[in-house]
Amino acid sequence: MRHTISVLVENKFGVLARIAGLFSARGYNIASLSVSETLDPGVSYMTIVVEAEDEKTLEQINKQLNKLIDVITVTDFTKKEHVDRELVLAKVNYSFKDKAKLENILGKYIGKVIQHKGDTAIIEAVGDQKQIKDLLSELVKFGVKELVRTGRLAMTY
Amino acid sequence: MTGAQILIECLKREGVEVIFGYPGGQVLPIFDKLCDAGFNFILTRHEQGAAHAADGFSRATGKVGVCIATSGPGATNLVTGIANAYMDSIPMVAITGQVKTFLIGNDAFQEADVTGITRPITKHNFLVKDVRELARIVREAFFIASSGRPGPVLIDIPSDVQLADTEFIWPEEVTIRGYNPTLFGHPGQIKKAAKLISQAKKPILYAGGGVITSGAHHELRELAERIKAPVTMTMMGLGAFDGTHELSLGMLGMHGTAYANHAIMNADLIIAVGARFDDRVTGRLDAFARGAKVIHIDIDPASISKNVNVDIPIVGDAKNVLGQLLEEIKNKPDASDWLKTVEEWRSRHPLRYKEDGKIRPQFVIEQLYEVTKGNAIITTEVGQNQMWACQWYKYLHPRSFISSGGLGTMGFGFPAAMGAKLGCPESLVFDIAGDGSIQMNIQELATCVCNKIKVKVLILNNGYLGMVRQWQELFYKKRYSFTTLYNPDFVKLAESYGAAGMRVTKKEEVRPAIEKAIAIDNTVFVDFHIEPEENVYPMVPAGEAIDKMISGLA
Repeated sequence: MRHTISVLVENKFGVLARIAGLFSARGYNIASLSVSETLDPGVSYMTIVVEAEDEKTLEQINKQLNKLIDVITVTDFTKKEHVDRELVLAKVNYSFKDKAKLENILGKYIGKVIQHKGDTAIIEAVGDQKQIKDLLSELVKFGVKELVRTGRLAMTY
Repeated sequence: MTGAQILIECLKREGVEVIFGYPGGQVLPIFDKLCDAGFNFILTRHEQGAAHAADGFSRATGKVGVCIATSGPGATNLVTGIANAYMDSIPMVAITGQVKTFLIGNDAFQEADVTGITRPITKHNFLVKDVRELARIVREAFFIASSGRPGPVLIDIPSDVQLADTEFIWPEEVTIRGYNPTLFGHPGQIKKAAKLISQAKKPILYAGGGVITSGAHHELRELAERIKAPVTMTMMGLGAFDGTHELSLGMLGMHGTAYANHAIMNADLIIAVGARFDDRVTGRLDAFARGAKVIHIDIDPASISKNVNVDIPIVGDAKNVLGQLLEEIKNKPDASDWLKTVEEWRSRHPLRYKEDGKIRPQFVIEQLYEVTKGNAIITTEVGQNQMWACQWYKYLHPRSFISSGGLGTMGFGFPAAMGAKLGCPESLVFDIAGDGSIQMNIQELATCVCNKIKVKVLILNNGYLGMVRQWQELFYKKRYSFTTLYNPDFVKLAESYGAAGMRVTKKEEVRPAIEKAIAIDNTVFVDFHIEPEENVYPMVPAGEAIDKMISGLA
C-alpha cells in the first residue's frame, strides 16, 4: 500500500542522501519525493510517498526517519485527514479536430493548455491522486509525447 | 586560533585523554598541534587498529573513544572499525582529514567521499566546510555519540579548514532540534508493565548491551531478585548480571546455554532490557517464545517491535526505567514452580565438553577464569574463540567482556584489548583469540610493545578458521573449503616484536602458562595447540527454533 509521509528536515547538504539512503538500505521503495524550502530557509519540507507492505514496515520507516539527527518532525498522513495535490505537465498532440475535446477534459480536472506550437501543446493539471490518474488515462488517447509529475504534496488540517 | 588548534582545544574540553591514530598528508596540521598537546596519543600500525582500540577503550571505560586518520585510504581503513562500533552502539568520535575544500569532488590525491561512505554506519557525520563551525560540530559530535543510543560520529575536516583562522568560541550548550532522546519511561506504560509482571507465572529477564551502556546493572539485579526471575543475557549483555548468581542462565541464542533457551521459549513473560531480539538470539522468529508476553525497554524506539511483536513497549534509558519499575512493582509474581523447572533444565543440560588428556579450548578458558577469579577484562576475536569465551568464562562485572557483537569483526579483539588496557591500566586484560583472527590485526604487536601495553593474548590455535570449518563439517559434508590455515610461529613472531611468546602443547601446561603470562611484565602471546576439530556446542542450526539445539555430547 502507498503511504504519504512528510518530513521536516534541516536544510543542509547531505540530508537528502541520508533520507534516500535510509530507504535504499532497507529495500523500501520511494514512489515519489518532493523537496522544497519552507518560509524558514533553515528548514526543508519533504513529502515522500512510499510503498509499505504492512503496518510494521511503515512503523519502521517512521522510527528510522525520526532517528536521523537532521530530521525535525515526521508526519504520517495515512490516518490523518489531509489534502494532497500533484502537478502534471504533459506534451500532447493538439490537432485542430481534438482541440475542443481536450479542452473539455482539462476543464474537468483543473487543467489548461499553457503553450502550443503547431500540433503539439504543453498542458498542466493539478489534482489529487485519483484525479491525476483519471486524467492521465484520458490523455493517453490524445497521444502523450512527454510527461513530468511533481510527486505528491500533502497537508493536514 | 587555527582549525587544528580549535580541534585540540575542543578535545581537551571534552575530557579526552587517549587518542588512537595514524598520520597522513591531510591531517598534518592537526598532527603538528597534537605533538605537544598533552594527550596520550597512541600511534597504531594500521588505522583499523586505531578504530578498534578507540572502541575497546570506550567499552572498557564508558567514555567516548577517539581515533584519527588521514583522508582517502586512512579514512577507508577506519570504516570497519566504525561499522563495528555502530552495530554495537559504542560512543566514538572518528576524525578524518579531507582534501582541501576547493578540491573536494575533483578526484584529488587521497580523496574519498568519507561522509558518503560512512553515512549508513555512523550515528551522524559532519563535513566541516567552514572553520567557524568547527567548535560547534565537535561539541555536537561528542554529544550525539554519547547520548541516547550511543554510536560513532565522524568529523571530516579538509586540511585548509585545519589551517584557517578564526576566533574560538566554545558553545556551552548543545541544542539540536531534531534530537531529543527519551530518557524516562512513560508512567502509564510503567504501570501496565508492573501489572503484567505481578501476574506472571513464568517471567524471564532478557538483558542486552543497553543495560551496560546505561549502567543499569544494580537495578537489573534488584529487579531479578525482587521478582525472582531468571536472567539471560545476549552476548553484548554478558557482565550486566553476575554470571555466578543463582538466577543467571548465561547467554542465550545460537550458542547459548540450553537452559537459557528452554527458559525463554517457555516463559509467559519476557522482560527485555536494552536488547534487540537479534536473529542470533531468536532463531526462527515465528517459533520464538510463542506463549510469552513481551515488555521491551529500550532507548531506541526503532528497536522495539522491529523483530518481535511487543505487548508493552517502554522507550527510555534502562537505568531510569528499571528504577521506575522497581518503585511501581508491589505484588511479586509467584514463580517458585517456574524456578524449579528452570533448575531442572540447568541440571539436565549443563554446558559440557569432553574431559580427556587433550587441550580442549573450553578447559583453557575455564582455567583462565579460575586463575583470574573472574576479575579480568576479556576481549575476544570472532568465531569459535568468541563463543567459548562467552560460555566458559563467568563475567561478574559490566564492561569485563568486550567483543564484536553485531558486525562480528575478526581482528577486533587484539586492538580492543589495547584500548581496554589503556582505559583500565590496573586491570588484567586478555584477548581470547583464534589463529585466524589474531592475524587480522597482528601488526598491533608493535603498538603494544612500543607503548608498554601489556595485554595477554591467548591464541586457541586449531589450525583452522574454526567456526567456518564447523559449519562445513555439519552442513557441507566436511568439505573444508579454504578453512585450513598455514600459520607462522607465533612464539617467534611475538619475540621478533619484542613481546614474550609461549607455546602450550600439553594439558598440564595450560594453567602454569596462564599464570606465567600474568607474571611476565610484557605483552604476551600464548599459543595453545588445541584439539583441532573441537566444535562449539550447543548449537542451533541457522533458521531453526532456539530450543532445537544440537549438542556434541548427547
